[in-house]
Amino acid sequence: MIREHPLFQLALARMREFYREPEAVFWVFGFPIVLAFALGLAFRNTGPGKLQVGVAAGPGDSALVAVLDSSPRLIATVLDSATARTRLRTGRIALLVVPGDPLVYRYDTTRTESGLARLQVDEVVQRARGRKDVAAVRDDRVVAPGSRYIDFLIPGLLGMNLLGSGIWGVGFSVVQARQKKLLKRYMATPMKRSDYLLSFILSRLVFLIVEIGFLVGFGWLMFGVAVRGSLATLGGVAILGAFAFAGLGLLVASRARTIEGVSGLMNLVMLPMWILSGTFFSYSRFPDAMIPFVKALPLTALNDALRAVMIDGAALATLGAPLAIVIAWGAVSFVIALRIFRWR
Amino acid sequence: MASGECFGLLGPNGAGKTTTIEILEGLTPQDSGDVEILGTPWHEGAAGRALRERLGIQLQETQLADKLTVEETLAVFRSFYREAHTVNEVLALVELEEKRRARVATLSGGQKQRLAVACALVSKPELLFLDEPTTGLDPHSRRQLWEIIRSFRAAGGTVLLTTHYMEEAERLCNRVAIMDHGKVIALGTPRELIASLGAEHVVEFALIDGTPDDVTDALRGLGGVTAVRPGAGVLSLTVTELHRTLPALLTLLQRRDLELSSLTTHHATLDDVFVALTGRQLRDT
Repeated sequence: MIREHPLFQLALARMREFYREPEAVFWVFGFPIVLAFALGLAFRNTGPGKLQVGVAAGPGDSALVAVLDSSPRLIATVLDSATARTRLRTGRIALLVVPGDPLVYRYDTTRTESGLARLQVDEVVQRARGRKDVAAVRDDRVVAPGSRYIDFLIPGLLGMNLLGSGIWGVGFSVVQARQKKLLKRYMATPMKRSDYLLSFILSRLVFLIVEIGFLVGFGWLMFGVAVRGSLATLGGVAILGAFAFAGLGLLVASRARTIEGVSGLMNLVMLPMWILSGTFFSYSRFPDAMIPFVKALPLTALNDALRAVMIDGAALATLGAPLAIVIAWGAVSFVIALRIFRWR
Repeated sequence: MASGECFGLLGPNGAGKTTTIEILEGLTPQDSGDVEILGTPWHEGAAGRALRERLGIQLQETQLADKLTVEETLAVFRSFYREAHTVNEVLALVELEEKRRARVATLSGGQKQRLAVACALVSKPELLFLDEPTTGLDPHSRRQLWEIIRSFRAAGGTVLLTTHYMEEAERLCNRVAIMDHGKVIALGTPRELIASLGAEHVVEFALIDGTPDDVTDALRGLGGVTAVRPGAGVLSLTVTELHRTLPALLTLLQRRDLELSSLTTHHATLDDVFVALTGRQLRDT
């Protein structure tokens, strides 16, 4: 009977231990939803926001404020020099205009917002002094689903979630079993080692379905994030990702004797990927020299594949390159983990 | 070890009992020598697993998964064996039926220990290894575990157990090996080992003003005294005939004008054997 099979029983025990731990359930299921909700709200497409600019107190300041305020994108305030310095430093104003001849724009050139403010302020000022636009232009805002930040974000969060639950889910329970000598106790039975390791992969598979359902369902209901490709393809990509990260989790946990020890290792593995792998913003922002390295990370490859399916509706056959990277990471980690695993 | 016997490894903490039993269980490789369990040495892989089918093992330090219930834990363990007790059968063996749906975290120390033994018994073992099964338990839980071990033996099972309670060994084991610093220092039935002291009773006493050196010699001269051991403030005499030695002892002390602060007597136990062999108290270590 299947119920009596050790693999089934071990996987069942894994799942029970997981869902009876409310904190773990929150971090795996609740946290990504909270993140998606918060970021979806913060970066919703409501048109460009207004930029705060300061005008240094002095002759002509109020005339300048009136000119700047005439722009729908600027809010100008007169500030004394001490206040202006503080606000500029803390980013509460994007730019400070010092009236006079010439006008002085004081701002931090590395801040995108300040650069925008510089363009906007200069345009309003020049027009007020009589500059004429020579070309006729019209704005056309794009708000269609598929090109918004939330459309970019949901697949990334799905990838990050698969990474986190794979590494935490597998890593912590292996090391806990080792620390509590439960692993040693299992070694004193005829249990097959492969059954033990496979039980993690099996239980990950079950949770994976719930994880995808939660996040994709939430994105669709709350923000109308659609899956352009087939759900089967999305599921297939996610399964490969989950296997790869379960393998990585086993590798991370293969030697560590204490929870503290493995926590450090997990952060070491996950932190770079959270930052580099294009979860919250496109990795194309990194210098060109770094891109090949970034693309070789399993989370980058998985995120690329998930986005291709969800946003571009790509078929499985076209995803060979990123999926090969995901599978390679999983297979290599699993084989090494098996070899160096500390069973006692 | 003979089939059907209960063999005890006795000794203080750090004597090497756990190392010995884990070598026998095939969990720790031996530095030298040969190990044979049920007539076969340990092998990796399928042969080792076949041997494990016939063993039941309880480890000293294992903490079972807190979040699982008693019956879930047993279901996991029984799935590892081709032939095993049902969960109900093994719950009855250790009398944990009413706790079947309780999480492991909520069990008392004695119940946890009975569950650990249940995980060992679930395989219908021929040979049961128990590593300090009653350490840290209250007297009632200890007696419950003794009953479980007795009924396992009554059904024909063989038991190897370690303990640092000499009393437990005397009650349960038909043969014991006393260990100290990794070596067996005595081997035999509890009765034989106690008999090796050459006396049945132990008298322990302490004097208010300490013990003058020459008293020890005088004590050796008393009738029926086979050994005198000065301890930490306490003198211990091994005697054959308590009813003769005790009045003589009191007379001697009165004559020397020495006043007693305490005096106790008991039947000789394995504890006294350990003291006689090592010069140390079991409990001190």
